[in-house]
Amino acid sequence: MMSDFSFQRAKTPKEAVILLGLHKDNKVIGGGTNLLDMMKEGMTDSHEIIDINRMGLNKIIRNEDGGFLIGASVTNTDLAYHKEIEKHYPLLSKAILKGASPQIRNMATTAGNMLQRTRCYYFYDTATPCNKRNPGSGCPAKTGVNHIHAILGASESCIAVHPSDMCVALAALDAKVHIQGAKAEKIIPFVAFHKLPGNTPHLDNILAHDEIITGVELPANGFAKHHAYVKARERNSYAFALASAAVGYELNDNLLGDVRIALGGVAHKPWRNTEAEIFLKGKLPTKDNFRKAAEIILEGARGYGQNDFKIELAKRVVVRALEMAINNEVQL
Amino acid sequence: MRENYIGKATNRVDGPLKVTGQAKFAAEFTTSGLLYGVVVSGEIAKGKIDSLDDSEALKVEGVHKVFSHKNRPDIIHYINKKHEDQDSPYGEHFKPFYDEKILFNQQPIALVVAETFEAARHASKLIKIKYSEEPFLTDMQIARLEAKKPDKGKMGWEKPKSRGDAEKSFASAEVKFENEYTTSINTHNPMEMFASTVIYHGPGKLTIYDKTQGVMNSLGYVCNIFDLKKDDVQVLSPYVGGGFGSGLRPQYQLMLATMAALDMKQSVRVVLTRQQMFSFGHRPGSINTFKLGADKSGALTSIYHHVVQETSMFEEYTENIASWSGVAYHCENVDLDHKLAHVNLYTPLDMRAPGAASGMFALECGLDELALKLNMDPIELRLKNFAVNDQAHFHRPHASNELKACYIEGAEKFGWSKRNSKPRSLKDGRKFVGYGMAGGMWEANRQAIQVMAAYNKEGKLTVSSASSDMGTGTYTIMAQMAADSFGLHIDQVKAMIGDSKLPEAPLSGGSWTAASLSHGVIFACDKLKKTLFDSAKGMKNSPLSKSTFEGSVFKEGWVYDKTDLTKKVSLLDILKHEKKDEITETDGENKIMGMIKQMPYSKNTHAAVFVEVKVDEDLGMVEVTKVVSAVAAGKILNPKTARSQILGGVVWGISQALHETNLIDHNFGRIMNHSLAEYHITVQKDVGNIEVIFIDEKDDVTSKMGVKGLGEIGIVGTAAAVANAIYNAIGMRIRELPITPDKLIRAT
Repeated sequence: MMSDFSFQRAKTPKEAVILLGLHKDNKVIGGGTNLLDMMKEGMTDSHEIIDINRMGLNKIIRNEDGGFLIGASVTNTDLAYHKEIEKHYPLLSKAILKGASPQIRNMATTAGNMLQRTRCYYFYDTATPCNKRNPGSGCPAKTGVNHIHAILGASESCIAVHPSDMCVALAALDAKVHIQGAKAEKIIPFVAFHKLPGNTPHLDNILAHDEIITGVELPANGFAKHHAYVKARERNSYAFALASAAVGYELNDNLLGDVRIALGGVAHKPWRNTEAEIFLKGKLPTKDNFRKAAEIILEGARGYGQNDFKIELAKRVVVRALEMAINNEVQL
Repeated sequence: MRENYIGKATNRVDGPLKVTGQAKFAAEFTTSGLLYGVVVSGEIAKGKIDSLDDSEALKVEGVHKVFSHKNRPDIIHYINKKHEDQDSPYGEHFKPFYDEKILFNQQPIALVVAETFEAARHASKLIKIKYSEEPFLTDMQIARLEAKKPDKGKMGWEKPKSRGDAEKSFASAEVKFENEYTTSINTHNPMEMFASTVIYHGPGKLTIYDKTQGVMNSLGYVCNIFDLKKDDVQVLSPYVGGGFGSGLRPQYQLMLATMAALDMKQSVRVVLTRQQMFSFGHRPGSINTFKLGADKSGALTSIYHHVVQETSMFEEYTENIASWSGVAYHCENVDLDHKLAHVNLYTPLDMRAPGAASGMFALECGLDELALKLNMDPIELRLKNFAVNDQAHFHRPHASNELKACYIEGAEKFGWSKRNSKPRSLKDGRKFVGYGMAGGMWEANRQAIQVMAAYNKEGKLTVSSASSDMGTGTYTIMAQMAADSFGLHIDQVKAMIGDSKLPEAPLSGGSWTAASLSHGVIFACDKLKKTLFDSAKGMKNSPLSKSTFEGSVFKEGWVYDKTDLTKKVSLLDILKHEKKDEITETDGENKIMGMIKQMPYSKNTHAAVFVEVKVDEDLGMVEVTKVVSAVAAGKILNPKTARSQILGGVVWGISQALHETNLIDHNFGRIMNHSLAEYHITVQKDVGNIEVIFIDEKDDVTSKMGVKGLGEIGIVGTAAAVANAIYNAIGMRIRELPITPDKLIRAT
């Protein structure tokens, strides 16, 4: 509900986390493309909103190791069209541009994209139970409208999926997340940032209430030579992924080297499966091998009725992305 | 030298106002002391409200009152009859706040009125409601088992007529097939939310700005319920941000805002949210059981089309779904039926080409399937079964029917001859390419309408009627018509609509506004010209003393004798002569005479739509890369706005085919995708180039100008053409709309 709330701007990440810690309903705002919606829908209360857009975290900096540090406040548009990112991390650029709409990307920030909530219908509708919104109330999606829901890593409590495209690429690229805590800063692997639902689906990630993301670090290898982002969705723009795949690999003498495969739209977090990646290492880039890797990834996948089709769809998306990466084809 | 406007691409006269934000919509009118009402929506599908606690809401600063069934004013006439409107189906109409009963999910159950919108919205979330739930049913596929024939249905609904013996001819048909086609529940979702701003002038005296497709309908409705005098209430709706049928019935915000204003003796505005836009009318879902039989030459011998259509528990909304299968093609044996499946949802509501958009999806897909069995080109099959007259209506002739030209010219423009009828024969990269086509039909009706024409001392001509422009171009065609009638530049003509004080007009729906209004403008302008001419002729030493009205012509502010252009009188001189600032006349066609003239004919618009799709089979994704829509709709008054109408219809047909559906959780009886993020509508990237062709068609029955109306024909057949193109691309026949990736993945 749009109850009264106060608003202030934090000047530094340290100040931001101190302000956050003052009240359980204090929230930070980036682009506001998700938070404001949730407030209007009556899903969340805000005591104080802390604007973190003017802390100098809107820069993209090259590190000494050849990687990059993306500031938390860099907008999706600025990141996707950044010349160095387009050149060294085209996979990231392409994934971002498959998400949302130009207007939303202009507002949405890097950290905000990571922290966006699921698009599960029940999560947004306060007339229905939802363990993520209201812990312990139940998960009607399991027996309801669930064609968009999780097929991997779900739990009895929650079958929601993480909706981001950008995060799928970041998971594939082995990015790292820089976090400012109340006491210290820390850096964690991107794949460890988001959580599976388990018994605590109200927690999307490992961030404590008084911690914020300050940036995302990209390692030097952006797999610019062989990469692809493929997204299956219900319309050709402004729709979340039914299944998506970000892939990158090295190819030497027609043999696969280091392989990365991350899936979106299938789980509570961007889905990596190193077993499939190891399986492909040293193999020929054939459709048959790609399909075998996809089978490994989707082993143990489970549908809930309407979303059963996503198990086959996800496999096809993986195969397609791996095929397209050979010549860096772009999904139109 | 001015040129005629009729038939020429003419810019919208209201365009500059709209793009500069000066055109005001219902929620933008204001007054001092305006209060804001926010509607609280129910959260169960059926049952009753046990308790409604508004104590916390009333504590919010700025909140004046909370209305609900507990404290609603007595002034409301809670008699069913009073809640009728011009588009009500037969039944027990929904009466907001009548009692504690819940009839459908998202039912309005309280109205919070406050000094600011924010306070009202905040307070609306603090109301605590306890319900007792009762068993309900929202699944049309289960409700179909109990489907029954309508008692009365809805005005405009025609009980489908069967003929011959379809069963017998189907049994012996040389080529046949049968199947079931399902269309989905869709919601109108115009850009503008439903809103009413009610300005309170004193007891019983109101000015109401309402989002509606008919101010007279809103006026009659509120006056009935609240026992107001029509002279004391004015309903205005100068601009409407899209209707598509949703504005054909007064929606509940009108009643609630009026109730609050009368009770609180203050002006009140109520605007619905996008979520609440899903809480009233929708295009009903339909299940179409279809059988077609033909002889080896392709001549249809049997058409069987039985429909089950969903409606609410309280009203019999019925639309003509099966009927089109009895008129579209020549066939001696036709078996049509229409049954209703009652579910615990709100009553459906007319949505662009109600009935035809659903029934002709089934019929035109069915013909495509039959063509394959016959190994015949789909166009050839349609030409073979072309209906010369209307077999369903006394074999009446068509007032005009250029459907054949639609097929031929459309096919030519599209490049249909390049189509390979064998699926999976054409690829573009990783995608399969497919071509599909379908025919379309809609009504070409004309309603009685009154129009006022006025000429004033500034040399301006005003034409007015209580009609509506939902973005359709009504203002513009009125101005074009009047400008040509008086030989004036369009800048010197003003069109006025959307005001209940103006001459009576019907609801704007059914594609009849252009035909009716163009007809009415001619009547009114002719009458005004006659009055002006008679006055001119009666002037002392008039140059026109020996002229006749029939021999006169109006141009650039003068009336001339056609045979001798030196004989002329200035219209301003006529005003001076009459000592008037303005001369007005109101006229329209006699309703009975109009009906008699039209009765011997069937009146329809026709279309053929051609679609190219590219299908990414692995991912289940479809994009429509090319469309040609060839339309025969009589005289085209304004090719520019007419084209826009067809473009809108085609895009929506693509949306119907590929995207739109209300996702209902049958455990809650609730539409779950009640936002524009999750209720998918076709976006720019789904649609390639659309070409619109208007076929030359002469018609002197449908209206004086030969205008037939274009509001609906653009959507009819489009969904079928898309489905047929998908089949041609990948050899998969999806008979359930929308054709989403899940269905394509399951099929492959």
